Amino acid sequence: MKRHFRVWRGDAGGGDLRDFEVEVNEGEVVLDIIHRLQATQAPDLACRWNCKAGKCGSCSMEINGKPRLGCMTRMSTFAENELITITPIRTFPVIRDLVTDVSFNYEKARETPAFAPPSGVAPGDYRMQQVDVERSQEFRKCIECFLCQNTCHVIRDHDENKPAFSGPRSFIRAAELDMHPLDSRSDRKEYAQASQGLGYCNITKCCTEVCPEHIQITDNAIIPMKERVVDRRYDPLVWLGRKILRRDQLETRPAPSSVAAPPSSARLPASAAVGPDGHMDIAELTAPLQGGPSPFGDDLTFPIAPEELLYNHPDKGNKP
Amino acid sequence: MSTTIERHLYDVVVIGAGGAGLRAAIEARLAGKRTAIISKSLFGKAHTVMAEGGAAAALGNVNSRDNWMVHFRDTMRGGKFLNNFRMAELHAKEAPERIWELETYGALFDRTKDGKISQRNFGGHEYPRLAHVGDRTGLELIRTLQQKIVSLQQEDFAATGSYDSRIRVFQETTITELLLDGDRVAGAFGYYRESGEFVLFEAPAVVLATGGVGRSYKVTSNSWEYTGDGHALALRAGATLINMEFLQFHPTGMVWPPSVKGILVTESVRGDGGVLRNSEQKRFMFDYVPDVFRKQYAETEEEADRWYTDPDNNRRPPELLPRDEVARAINSEVKAGRGSPAGGVFLDVSTRMPAEQIIRRLPSMHHQFKELADVDITKEPMEVGPTCHYVMGGVEVEPDTGAALGRVQGLFAAGEVSGGMHGSNRLGGNSLSDLLVFGKRAGEHAAAYVETLPSRPKVAKVDVAAAAEVALAPLVRPGGENPYTLQQDLQAVMGDLVGIIRRAGELTDALKRLQELRVRVANVGADGGRRYNPGWHLALDLRNMLVVSECTAKAALEREESRGGHTREDFPKMSPEWRRINLVCSLEETGEVHLERKPVPRMRAELITLFERTELAKYLTDEELSDVEAQ
Repeated sequence: MKRHFRVWRGDAGGGDLRDFEVEVNEGEVVLDIIHRLQATQAPDLACRWNCKAGKCGSCSMEINGKPRLGCMTRMSTFAENELITITPIRTFPVIRDLVTDVSFNYEKARETPAFAPPSGVAPGDYRMQQVDVERSQEFRKCIECFLCQNTCHVIRDHDENKPAFSGPRSFIRAAELDMHPLDSRSDRKEYAQASQGLGYCNITKCCTEVCPEHIQITDNAIIPMKERVVDRRYDPLVWLGRKILRRDQLETRPAPSSVAAPPSSARLPASAAVGPDGHMDIAELTAPLQGGPSPFGDDLTFPIAPEELLYNHPDKGNKP
Repeated sequence: MSTTIERHLYDVVVIGAGGAGLRAAIEARLAGKRTAIISKSLFGKAHTVMAEGGAAAALGNVNSRDNWMVHFRDTMRGGKFLNNFRMAELHAKEAPERIWELETYGALFDRTKDGKISQRNFGGHEYPRLAHVGDRTGLELIRTLQQKIVSLQQEDFAATGSYDSRIRVFQETTITELLLDGDRVAGAFGYYRESGEFVLFEAPAVVLATGGVGRSYKVTSNSWEYTGDGHALALRAGATLINMEFLQFHPTGMVWPPSVKGILVTESVRGDGGVLRNSEQKRFMFDYVPDVFRKQYAETEEEADRWYTDPDNNRRPPELLPRDEVARAINSEVKAGRGSPAGGVFLDVSTRMPAEQIIRRLPSMHHQFKELADVDITKEPMEVGPTCHYVMGGVEVEPDTGAALGRVQGLFAAGEVSGGMHGSNRLGGNSLSDLLVFGKRAGEHAAAYVETLPSRPKVAKVDVAAAAEVALAPLVRPGGENPYTLQQDLQAVMGDLVGIIRRAGELTDALKRLQELRVRVANVGADGGRRYNPGWHLALDLRNMLVVSECTAKAALEREESRGGHTREDFPKMSPEWRRINLVCSLEETGEVHLERKPVPRMRAELITLFERTELAKYLTDEELSDVEAQ
């Protein structure tokens, strides 16, 4: 049976959709059709492919606008008379026809610090439990088809974000190393946040949706990393604590008495009540007072009497 | 059309970026040599990703009785004693180290209860021996090596400010010719697929790691890259190929639906309980146990079924016979009219274990069938049949160094492109370990060879010009023949006449047809320009496929016996006399394939004593046997 296909042909200088009538047989996939096109009508039609079994991630393309692997898109999934349009993946510069320049992904991979083997463990002495390796194994299923990178709106049609954003493929690599039982670096999350642009992701889950390996990119890699980064960097209480005291003071209690008195009659601000470990209780349940600990200290009651407030009006000639 | 040719200077150029190539490159870089990796595809897409079962290494994690001697024995048995014994020995001894090393690169294998690398059963291996990651071990291996190279590049970046200063990957680059200075390798000539521009690598040592030849066959599990480039490059450079008649047809490739024809169903489906049935629902493998294996395999379905849970007290099911036996059995069933509708047989796990267990143990198999073919292997049987999978033959190498024999120097080979290690038939799982062991050795010795050279061999300008002309010819040939048609015709000849079961008449016919094809291939044309033009790329690959196919057909006609991956209907028995003979191909000045017989190296005494006399009697001549006894 002949069917109607539209395939984008062209190069960096431009191109357009060309119409083809191609024979389609039962049980075929889109890549079979591309091959038939090459063999019969367009011998120089450029298209990457290798294994034709969904294991190498080479034949990424957009089929009717959806990022797909050509070898894993069965013709039987289309309606009988559906027009099938095949275009190159859009986030990366076109080289020719369906082939794009995906070097962005390799550059980002090269910037991600490699696995750091544990020191003092000889080859052959690595011991890990299955349950522990499974978390990273999920991400190592990645076949690097870059469909997640292609669909991610942070860089799709936004080349300006590419320098700062490494994309979902890099995030699962960071998560994989973070969860590797024997990786000896402990800054994977911080790296993802500071250098890979994890913060740009607003969890629309498009990457998870297009992943041919069904890796739960968003739920199992990005969100846990974001949570833990937030846990350390953006916890409001920790943040406030950091504003009031320098980190070293927070960690070596008791500190307030060593703070020099301000030039005022006002009382010293007491630091938050912290436990023996130098950290505040996060959970309300374990705090002595209902409503959680006050970041200003439990010995301060509001409203504060006006005469105890430290306030110097800038216009009154009170410059220190 | 640009006439400038980009030049690069390296110490070691590795052609091929699969497991063997990457491992060789790592070793050459660690030895301090400036190394280039040439990859026909993108980095990390090589055919190694397709390996499912695992990497065989006698770690002894699951069964502590396993050791290198048992592994060596299994390998020799699997290869029907035609293996280069020294390669089999090195392989069995060094595989564990190579696997453990991968863990230091970040690999995450499946684990045993006590946290060691888990190992699974596989056809032909006496104990559970395959280190694995579900059924995507090849992907894990290639990704691990890829990431190790990135890690080395990061070290170089820290030291020199450039990622590419000591090891560089040239993606989507094809080598069309090796350049020599006298008999020494001086460089490699090729083109960037992306731009069509030419590139010249000047290097005193070249490691071939280009994989196999499967694209010359109609039904194959191999990717488009498997066009025998390394085999052909070696021949043209003056090296020799051995055992080219031995091709492994994987017994269980999918035969339906057509979109996935040829794609493999891993042997672990059978290792984990899958059984083969014909159209009469009979487990036919019990009828096909050859005498040499009779003792190790179960005779009843009951005993076979008990083996999965109690392997120590029961013999294994005949579904786990070596690949060639299973392939032949399926072929016989189909020929006898007991095949499936699409011309295969049924492989069934659905009635053998619960769905969850299938999904857990064979996740990517389940996934692949569901997505590619809309078949649920937990509910229905698969239709499978033999598919061209692996070439045992390849570049004849010095076992310890991987240096190519013949008159060329500075040429090394590792992985599928090299020959000898697997004899007449490769055991499943021995390929991943082979490419690690010999990839490392080839890289190491290529680096050492560079050290010994007093001066760098020089590339002759006229050779470069000649290589460029040959490469451009299809583009400028008006009215040249369609390369796709030519490939299909070649595949038809090889598939129909030099396939799994061979006959003298058909092989003679095949050789005649290959001669005809040679004339047509010389007249191949390619439409379009130089930039990413797959028609042109195929046109250039065709001559490689052709010369390698000729080697296979010639050797297949010469070898008048059946052994491993070579089955002659007119000579169905294995012959002890033929076991002593390797068939070696070289290229004459005229471009004709020259075939000669060479003796198989004799196994050292301490190795031969690892086998029982009764077993040796199945393979060796009486004369050899009495020699062994005399020792």
